[in-house]
Amino acid sequence: MAGKRNLRFYGALWFAKGTALVLKLIGRKGTSMPGSWAIILCPDFIGRMEKPEKIVCLTGTNGKTTVANMVEDILEKNGYDFVCNKEGSNVPTGIASALIANSTFFGRPKKKLAVFEVDERSSLRIFPNMEPDVLAVTNIFRDSFKRNAHTEYIWNILNTNIPDKTKLILNADDPQGQALKKDNKRVTFGVDRLSYETKEAQNIVKDGSFCPVCRHELNYDFTRYHHIGKFHCDNCGYENPSPEYRAVSVDAENNILHAEVKGEKVDFKLLSDQPIQIYNQLLATAMLSELGMSIDDIKKSFEKQEIAKSRLSISEAHGKTFIRHLAKGQNPVACSRAMENTKNLPGKKGVVLYLDDHFDAESSVENTAWLYDTDFENLRDDSIKQILVGGARHEDVHLRLLLAGVPEEKIVHCEDNMQVLESADMDKCDTFVIFYDVYTIGLSNNAEKRLTEIAAEKEKNNG
Amino acid sequence: MAKVKIEVLFPEFCNLFGDSANVRYLQKCIPDGEFVFTKLSEEPKFLTEDMNLVYMGPMTENTQQMVIEKFMPVKEKLMEKIESGMTFLFTGNALEVLGEYIDDGEGNRIEAVGLFPYHAKRDMYHRHNSEELCEMDGMKIMGFKTQFTQCYPNDENFPAAFTIIKGMGMNLETKGEGYRVNNFIGTYLVGPILLNNPNFTEYMLKLIGAGDYKPAFLEASQAAYDKRLKDFMDKVPDKPAKYKYM
Repeated sequence: MAGKRNLRFYGALWFAKGTALVLKLIGRKGTSMPGSWAIILCPDFIGRMEKPEKIVCLTGTNGKTTVANMVEDILEKNGYDFVCNKEGSNVPTGIASALIANSTFFGRPKKKLAVFEVDERSSLRIFPNMEPDVLAVTNIFRDSFKRNAHTEYIWNILNTNIPDKTKLILNADDPQGQALKKDNKRVTFGVDRLSYETKEAQNIVKDGSFCPVCRHELNYDFTRYHHIGKFHCDNCGYENPSPEYRAVSVDAENNILHAEVKGEKVDFKLLSDQPIQIYNQLLATAMLSELGMSIDDIKKSFEKQEIAKSRLSISEAHGKTFIRHLAKGQNPVACSRAMENTKNLPGKKGVVLYLDDHFDAESSVENTAWLYDTDFENLRDDSIKQILVGGARHEDVHLRLLLAGVPEEKIVHCEDNMQVLESADMDKCDTFVIFYDVYTIGLSNNAEKRLTEIAAEKEKNNG
Repeated sequence: MAKVKIEVLFPEFCNLFGDSANVRYLQKCIPDGEFVFTKLSEEPKFLTEDMNLVYMGPMTENTQQMVIEKFMPVKEKLMEKIESGMTFLFTGNALEVLGEYIDDGEGNRIEAVGLFPYHAKRDMYHRHNSEELCEMDGMKIMGFKTQFTQCYPNDENFPAAFTIIKGMGMNLETKGEGYRVNNFIGTYLVGPILLNNPNFTEYMLKLIGAGDYKPAFLEASQAAYDKRLKDFMDKVPDKPAKYKYM
């Protein structure tokens, strides 16, 4: 699918290529600037650009980057030649940059395959100009109120803009997600109730509690988290489909994921026993399989695979464990999942919360509403001995923690992100979990470094 | 003192933008209060029972239509309760369902319950986000807006719940924020308003006949309010209201 090319298109293409060259010469990579220029100069640039023969896209609220990294890594290791937007952004400028980088002087694609991560809200500016052959949707959750409003808004954007011919890979356990584009070809992925999932989730946010077909209340046979689980509608019969890519059970001790792919039993290496990561692994399996990779090759590839480190980084020093945990700011579901993970970690834990939106903290007052949709209640667990809060909205986070039932004496808070670390209690905690946002990676690194120093000082003082 | 009774309308749907925390907070403020959670499939209890407060939070556009349908057959009774002085707190776009109509921005007019003389206009392509500082009876109230709509009262001297000091009112042209008739208070402020404003919570507790109770975590709530207010005054320039969207 490529629109008519004109002088404006070529002007934009060559200017963008020139920009990319200059950026390369000055040693900057991973920027969307060439795509930005192309779209400024030719607003329908993506539509006019000739595309690779096969386009596979990935969208949804949570898990996109983890799955995209996994899929791209495995494709690379298996000798696939493809273009992707890993180095740029998942909005139109990032897609345009990737297409430009993959093109000849006259804009013809160099590679036949494209794998693109697509921001779900931006899909309305991408899919009308670029028709994916396959589109995977991780899930649809409540996200930034400022940008994504609510799940029905995002669902409507996707449902309106996904092309009719696109084959979908949908989450069978997400009642909203799997209701997308009901006439499109599709396969689904889902996770059976696992042996260690003994409790029903009690989350503040449960957006999919109604039937997307008749809007009657859904009955849940099992709630995994939020609106993800096993459900049925007594009124119209809507229920989870039987997934083509299915996690049947998990052997966490031996790192085995017992799965079924299109009815055939297969055992994969288990990358993580966290249900959210099992969904990610299954979706990666589905994408790779739909791309034509054999299940045997996928299985072999998982043997060498790890969950992307940008989400979770663990270090050990001076008898303490330091975990940096990405918790996307203003995303109540991602933060709730991170807080539950923290609760479930072994040992006595200290938690460092850097939850401020980096940009709002600098020039505005962040809308604190999302804090109240986030399950801070996970942090009142007895295994969490101390909570250190830094940042402009530290008083708001303090209030939120009190509402969640966290005892006042466990909380230390102040505006200075580094100063608050000086109160870290090395006697009470053997693991520190640092929550950070994508824009505060540097801060989390500094925090880890300082906590390590404090642990070293403590060790030295203790002889 | 009789038990304080609060009805929360349609919590399974009307729970966006953290505002369900208003109710969780009231449960902490009034630990022995009776909280009635009424699903959309059930009949609202306030129509037949006394309530100290009826609360409804923000919702999706599809849900607005369902709530309008729910209220339509009982609109006279609902107005009777408002006129009798029953206290209502509607936050976010909840107040839109009681207006005359909602213009969906795509050429369609959605008839609303029609109790109050205003209408809302949606623009689903532009989402407005801003911080607001308002005043009511000498109290300074801070909140946030995150919405697709602007609301247009028929009369420019409409009974606003609050007066904007800094930020946007019901629309870009007015300093009036929210709508108030007797003890019905509707406001676009989310955030949630009670946790963010201990002074307003104290006012509401008195209004609903729970003046013997104090806002929970008062010290922490006050400190958060003071810091928010300071940052707002220091960091956000005082410019005429502007449509700020993402």
